[in-house]
Amino acid sequence: MESILEVKNLVKHYRPVVAVDGVSFALQQGVCFGLLGPNGAGKTTTIEVIEDVILPTAGEIFYKGAPRGPSFREEVGIQFQSTALLNFLTVRETLQTFKSFFTQTAPIEELVELCRLGEFLDQYNDKISGGQRQRFLLALALINRPELLFLDEPSTGLDPQARRNLWDLIQNIKAAGKTMILTTHYMEEAQFLCDEVAIMDYGKIIVQGTPEALIRQHSSGTTVVMPRDRFTPKTDGFPLPVNTVKNNVEIKTDDVNQCLEQLIAFGIDLSDMTVRSPNLESVFLNLTGRQLRE
Amino acid sequence: MCFKRLWAILRARNLEFFRDRSAFGWNFIFPFLLVAGFGIIFGGKTYTEYKIGVFPAKSEPVSIAALDIPPRFKEMNHLKFIGFPDAARGLEKLKHHRIDFLLKTGQGPHQYWVSDASPKGYVVEQMFRASLIPPENEPNAEKKEIQGSAIRYIDWLFPGILAMNMMFSALWGVGYVVVRYRKNGVLKRLKVTPLSAIEYIAAQAISRIFLLMFTLVIVWTGCDLIFSFDVQGTYLDLFLVFFLGSLSLTSLGLVLASRGTSEEFTTGILNFISWPMMFLSEVWFSLEGAPQWVKTFATIFPLTHMLTAARKVMHDGAGLIQISPEIMVLSMMTLGFLALGAALFSWNK
Repeated sequence: MESILEVKNLVKHYRPVVAVDGVSFALQQGVCFGLLGPNGAGKTTTIEVIEDVILPTAGEIFYKGAPRGPSFREEVGIQFQSTALLNFLTVRETLQTFKSFFTQTAPIEELVELCRLGEFLDQYNDKISGGQRQRFLLALALINRPELLFLDEPSTGLDPQARRNLWDLIQNIKAAGKTMILTTHYMEEAQFLCDEVAIMDYGKIIVQGTPEALIRQHSSGTTVVMPRDRFTPKTDGFPLPVNTVKNNVEIKTDDVNQCLEQLIAFGIDLSDMTVRSPNLESVFLNLTGRQLRE
Repeated sequence: MCFKRLWAILRARNLEFFRDRSAFGWNFIFPFLLVAGFGIIFGGKTYTEYKIGVFPAKSEPVSIAALDIPPRFKEMNHLKFIGFPDAARGLEKLKHHRIDFLLKTGQGPHQYWVSDASPKGYVVEQMFRASLIPPENEPNAEKKEIQGSAIRYIDWLFPGILAMNMMFSALWGVGYVVVRYRKNGVLKRLKVTPLSAIEYIAAQAISRIFLLMFTLVIVWTGCDLIFSFDVQGTYLDLFLVFFLGSLSLTSLGLVLASRGTSEEFTTGILNFISWPMMFLSEVWFSLEGAPQWVKTFATIFPLTHMLTAARKVMHDGAGLIQISPEIMVLSMMTLGFLALGAALFSWNK
């Protein structure tokens, strides 16, 4: 099956910094692809080069098997990490203005319903809340019924409720069969939304695959966490390795049942205990030795 | 070129202008205030006024009829008499150029004081001395009248103020706004749509020209109701001159807007261009008598040609044939600026 997008050896220099260093990947139709990495990893530069906002230093980009042509801008939808819009226009007028730029467009009523814009449709586009703004920017990106959608840090700066609403919205768009590339430094976001993830660090893709495969391959074991003052074994000789992290103790284990049996056997109070499954955060930690949000 | 896209941006830009009430209002109020102010200050008879201190006098406002000074001097035009109680007070004012001439009242021999550093003082001195010559001894000189009606100062000034307002509006309304949009990312958002640079630039230019002409008509009508301007030529020719002028100034604004990313730097560049243009394009004063190189230098500015043509139409009744050199120059400048602006334009920071 032909890829909708293929990126080969993409390089972008901002002398003396190498922002993107030989990035390659291919994207199948209908897939939600996540570029995950800490701030400064090169995610935004990578997708802005693909979006044709900035020129690459080297590398090739193919859209539907050919270099990007005039149809590229007609067929992709883009939501930037931060963007300003034409002043003194309402949300509705901004949508109408952008709609005029494209040949194939979605009805505004459809986008209003999909992105829940009804309550602020006639407000000026700079007089809406952060969550409303992100939904509105997403609607703008969907105005041309794009085949490929770019979302750069779509939920950054949103409160948990607004982020969850946005995720539901993106899930709906994904269910409609759109191909998406999103960048994020939230591993929960990547894990929740993406079918495939590439983890970037210092301009390179360090690992790529489905979230489940990456976790399976690069982060084994479950972590049992409890407050340090609760971890009071009645006798010495607790058989599993225990790490102290701030006010907690963390016990890594491949067999949760056995770990819990040992804790009970040593008379440890399990009231405030939590069990943490491996995730993309731990994949990144294992691969780089650093936290994603350091 | 897709007219649907061009129209969308044009409409959005016009909505922005009309909804930004402070900027919108200022575009109309500023030229009106300037014209009204200058009309009040210079519209009467006392355009050039010489200030004559007289002493001893009981109060500062003096009754000219009661002044004991040569009668022919009292009757001269453009003189304003200010009373002082004694010579010391008057000399103090003369020393600081607050008055141009100090005269002791009473019968001759007359005593007066004048500063050698004051050109106006020298003129008043000559007027005073001439007023002492008996009429029978006056030199033989015949006064000739100017043919036709005289041009009021406000009539001369008005096109200059309108043109200056158009210049600032064109340069800042396009140059500064586009740079701000580039800096805050609006242009980046537009770049990733099918909108082309030429469509965007054309929409900006058309929007600004429409707004300039709209403002021109409103301000002209408003000021004309008060000052009753005398237009010797046709309004159509005058409109054409202002239209071409706004076109060339807007195109110059597009050149300035084509690359900048810093609002501060752009402000500097806009000032660097607009201030010399304002002073050397005869908005406020004529360059008659200025060195030839200054006059030649002034011809690089579109404002110079717009104003020359506008004043020819307004004051001399010139038609299109008489102003064809200015029309040619303005058209060439417009084409040059547009080509340069389009070639240099960048969406990105």
